[in-house]
Amino acid sequence: MCATCGCGKGEVTIEGHGHDHEHGHHHHHDHDHDHDHGHSHDHGHSHDHDHGGDPESRVVAVERDLLAKNNALAEGNRAMFAARGILALNLVSSPGSGKTELLCKTIEKLQGKLKPYVVEGDQQTANDADRIRKTGAEAIQINTGKGCHLDAHMVGHAVEHLGPADASVVFIENVGNLVCPAGFDLGEAHKVVILSVTEGDDKPLKYPDIFAASDLVLINKTDLLPYVDFDMAAATANARRVKPGIKVLAVSARSGEGLDNWIAWLMGARAMAMAGHQLESA
Amino acid sequence: MHELSLCESLLDILKTEAETGHFEKITRIVLEIGPLSSVEPEAMRFGFDVVMAGTLADGAKLDIVTPPAEARCLSCFELVQINDRFDPCPQCGGTELQISGGDALRIKEMEVT
Repeated sequence: MCATCGCGKGEVTIEGHGHDHEHGHHHHHDHDHDHDHGHSHDHGHSHDHDHGGDPESRVVAVERDLLAKNNALAEGNRAMFAARGILALNLVSSPGSGKTELLCKTIEKLQGKLKPYVVEGDQQTANDADRIRKTGAEAIQINTGKGCHLDAHMVGHAVEHLGPADASVVFIENVGNLVCPAGFDLGEAHKVVILSVTEGDDKPLKYPDIFAASDLVLINKTDLLPYVDFDMAAATANARRVKPGIKVLAVSARSGEGLDNWIAWLMGARAMAMAGHQLESA
Repeated sequence: MHELSLCESLLDILKTEAETGHFEKITRIVLEIGPLSSVEPEAMRFGFDVVMAGTLADGAKLDIVTPPAEARCLSCFELVQINDRFDPCPQCGGTELQISGGDALRIKEMEVT
């Protein structure tokens, strides 16, 4: 499997799954190949001598997308989620926006409605996966090492390991970072961006790419509104400047305010994921 | 610094292209980086030098082209060119634009021997 998806970067670990990413199989292959190729170098060299100027330099048109590999793996994930009626959401935010706490409260609210699974992404520690497990949901931690984002390859392996039930929901909590996760499709149905009122209402303008890539903005920690200079209307307008028409919901994981609206959105997205399926709900 | 992982993907593509296109060395690469691709050209250059060292593209010249993004203004319905996601419409000043491109991130061409 890893030969096709290109494992080989040693920094990433998936809980209970570490060795899969450490093995150097693919690497070896590359090495051998380069070597063979080097042999034919002699051949090419003695070939064209009458050519004046640069030794047989030529221009080739390539038109290859740098994200093609990630996008292909993401499409694989997406097809797998779709075939199994699983709603996959990619939660993105800055560090400290209250993503994990919001997720814990969301899981409580989903009890009896929908079975949740969580893929946790952080540079280091399994603290977040541990917090999620305390709610009773199954979770798996990915540590990206030096990496600043999750990619479709890591998520594909993590989900394989997590083994979510058909017709469930998989929350992918991305690394806290509003820049890099924007460019990496994981195969999710929607990106949901979380912004807390302690961060400033101009954040959509400062980090437009991630807001443009998302389908929902959750403004979290609204219980703190009396203590901060955060303008809800301005934040909403800024988000819509970057992504016209994007839905914005105000929530507080702490007080529970607005959580029902978020759950309603989630169940709507879930209904779309299940459309056309005969699966029993999990 | 996701530019570093993008440079690693670039190297993978180059290796494959070298196999199928029968060349051994790359002396110049033209990359198209859309203004809305969330990629910083300078970080890309830095990552490029680091990742390509000791490979078939060691010392290759990196040319970056950044064509402007196109967008449809939802106020005046003109097709306009923009450089940032929240640029107002250059025709009418409208702020709601439907962007249709500008996030490309691809190799255009390369010079090989």
